[in-house]
Amino acid sequence: MDLRFGDSKPTDGERAAVDALLGPPESSWEGADRDEMRAADLRWARGGHAARDRRDQLLPGLHAINDRIGWISEGALDYLCRRLTVPPAEAYGVATFYAMFSVTPRPATVLHVCTDLACTAAGASELCAGIESRLGPGSGVSVQRGPCLGLCERAPAALAIKAGDPVRTAVSAPATVHRAVLAASAPDSAPEEPSAAMAVPQAGDPSLTLLRRVGVVDPASLDDYPAHGGYTALRRAFELGPAGVIREATDSGLVGRGGAAFPTGRKWQATASQPDHPHYLVCNADESEPGTFKDRVLMEGDPYALVEAMTIAGYATGAHRGHLYLRGEYPRAFRRMRHALEQARARGLLGDDVLGQGYAFDIEIRRGAGAYICGEETALFNSIEGHRGEPRSKPPFPVEKGLFGKPTVENNVETLVNVLPILTMGAPAYAAIGTERSTGPKLFCVSGSVERPGIYELPFGATLGELLALAGVRAGLRAVLLGGAAGGFVRPDELDIPLTFEGTREAGTTLGSGVVMAFDDTVPLPRLLLRIAEFFRDESCGQCVPCRVGTVRQEEALHRIVDRTGAAAADDITLLREVGRAMRDASICGLGQTAWNAVESAIDRLGAYE
Amino acid sequence: MTVTPLGIPRRLLEFTIDGEEARVPEGSTILDACRADGKDIPTLCQGDTLTPKNACRVCVVEVEGSRTLVPACSRKAEPGMEVRTDTERARHSRKIVLELLASSVDLSTTPQVAGWIKEYEAKPDRFGPDAARLDEEPKIDNDLYVRDYDKCILCYKCVDACGDQWQNTFAISVTGRGFDARIAVEHDAPLTDSACVYCGNCIEVCPTGALSFKSEFDLRAAGTWDESAQTETTTVCAYCGVGCNLTLHVQDNEIVKVTSPHDNPVTHGNLCIKGRFGYQHVQNRG
Repeated sequence: MDLRFGDSKPTDGERAAVDALLGPPESSWEGADRDEMRAADLRWARGGHAARDRRDQLLPGLHAINDRIGWISEGALDYLCRRLTVPPAEAYGVATFYAMFSVTPRPATVLHVCTDLACTAAGASELCAGIESRLGPGSGVSVQRGPCLGLCERAPAALAIKAGDPVRTAVSAPATVHRAVLAASAPDSAPEEPSAAMAVPQAGDPSLTLLRRVGVVDPASLDDYPAHGGYTALRRAFELGPAGVIREATDSGLVGRGGAAFPTGRKWQATASQPDHPHYLVCNADESEPGTFKDRVLMEGDPYALVEAMTIAGYATGAHRGHLYLRGEYPRAFRRMRHALEQARARGLLGDDVLGQGYAFDIEIRRGAGAYICGEETALFNSIEGHRGEPRSKPPFPVEKGLFGKPTVENNVETLVNVLPILTMGAPAYAAIGTERSTGPKLFCVSGSVERPGIYELPFGATLGELLALAGVRAGLRAVLLGGAAGGFVRPDELDIPLTFEGTREAGTTLGSGVVMAFDDTVPLPRLLLRIAEFFRDESCGQCVPCRVGTVRQEEALHRIVDRTGAAAADDITLLREVGRAMRDASICGLGQTAWNAVESAIDRLGAYE
Repeated sequence: MTVTPLGIPRRLLEFTIDGEEARVPEGSTILDACRADGKDIPTLCQGDTLTPKNACRVCVVEVEGSRTLVPACSRKAEPGMEVRTDTERARHSRKIVLELLASSVDLSTTPQVAGWIKEYEAKPDRFGPDAARLDEEPKIDNDLYVRDYDKCILCYKCVDACGDQWQNTFAISVTGRGFDARIAVEHDAPLTDSACVYCGNCIEVCPTGALSFKSEFDLRAAGTWDESAQTETTTVCAYCGVGCNLTLHVQDNEIVKVTSPHDNPVTHGNLCIKGRFGYQHVQNRG
């Protein structure tokens, strides 16, 4: 590859940020200073795979620059491209894909203020206006209104990121103007976030399965984890052997918890049996569905459980490398997981010889950078590989050609964590929980108009009403959104819907990722629908026409009818339906296919605009 | 004489299109089979010299058992597959895709699209006068070609032709996201500050005229571009010994554009800067 680089030079800080990730450059061909021109440079050449195979370091490299400087300059991007043998045009395409990066100068501190559903219902508009009036130009803080930060139980939420070495972050939730401004101006002295257990109203309840350790174990201690039953499942896995683990997963009836409900055992079997090697394991922790925060709570509250579960999944499917793709907006989960991986490595629970069983496995964390679409499984692969996070067309499916074109099993955090009880209690006992077709416990992210928002664990089969009663639903319930922005609304008189995959399907709605968001009358429904449409317009990757332009046309139509009803809205509703139908039928991936679901359900079930 | 490589004989597989038996060699796409069968399916992002990105979704068809419609241009035919090309569902999606494109992009120089808009009864005006458009001005930053991204449907063909599918120059990429996504060089700089080698292979594959010769752009601006008055003469490039075929498009005794036949075994439609743009000496009448 004969690449052309511009004349812009990186600043010392930018160079240091990249070198901290990749090590110092070996030669001036890689961007080392020309004055240090060494004799060896004259005989230095690197090409082919040796040069190009580090493309997957592009996203970590962009993070390194953005974390240290706050934005990505021409000189910095060019230097990173030189180091990785990446065409600058492609790297620019990648850098401009992610919402957390900027290729134009901006203040070192960025305050992300969530304006998504739960936060809007909790007064995000006034909060934003207040913050923006305090942090205007010249304040040294750039205020960004943005999508869900996964802090819905403490809405409204704001996240401050202050670039530097090291980068500092502070969460303000529930945020007031004063607290958010404080977090942005002095992230170091912002009050400590409440513990993850505060997001689990049932914490400490001995009947819990998935959440039983959250708030009970010390998430930083690898001594505490085994004391609470940790690593018994991995030992059991080694007794059973890979085929035995897959059999248990299959017999348990476990299906994916990310929203698609694909049988996990079948996915593992399909990957394990691929002759092509190596196999990869990817854990999808890019939960960005508005209203979803269960994976964050699991990773913050019980990080070793995920490490153990990923090790088991890797062992079962013949993978020796796992990637944990973690949402960029989850700084605390990132720190906890990074610490957990270091500890596990130090104790031989990851590495060349896990638990002395001769099985080699290690996990690498990759941070997302603000792109909902990267939660789509193939877009996530592209993102890890250093390309734009655009979905691939299927077939081929990931089990055949996934990450780096190799057989890959990709599971959501919650799905993986379910593997632990399956192995410790045995598949039959696990399958006895829940209903016949939806087995096991399920996590629900309850937020909005309830007294005790948070993550609830219930066996499949509990009704929506039971869950809302547990969370203390407030009077004046107007609608419940199931499954997040890609899900569907139900009416307050439909609370007997059983929370199972089949039950919600029969009721014509979806369980999705387990979002249950309750709304009263504080925010008019058309405003919420418009926010959902804005969300999809912003998050569409732009690859296919139905989604790229369809989401724009839908947002325009919803904007027109925000204050209209009946006949005045009828034409635009017809237009919404026709565009929505084509988006569902003809979009490449699930984002475009489901973008219209929630609005359609609001029109059909709730009678919005009537 | 053109030597056509025959390759390894491929197994034929059988499936049905619109209820009729179809037999195509293994590895063929649904679109290949339809075209062999004489059925016309509209396509935009598909190109005969490139692997389609299947981004435009105008070629979608129904396949029995598939939850969504599938792109005919890239879905491989499978034995026993039941394909329906002309159902109400497929036609609806094509119509909407045409409406979405025509309401946001300038399709005035896209061949065939006017006919499809009529055929599918698409009404791009229905989104109202305030419907967002790309609103891009032509980028005229060099003497050879113009990038008029107001006409860009983001089919990825120029990116693929510039990148690993043909030229391996990697001068351009899709940048930004969603409706704001655009084709650009690094830092959205002028072409002259980029890795572009001016081979013009992106112009060759552009389906909408967003990329065009400066000569064509100027004639169109002057209102004197007249394809019906043009002749096309295919000859051999005189610059080096590779033997690329050039097709000279001549209007009023002036070369206005140079292309290369896509079925030419040497070029597959690709040229270098000399063959594509270095023709001025031919018409130097001193």
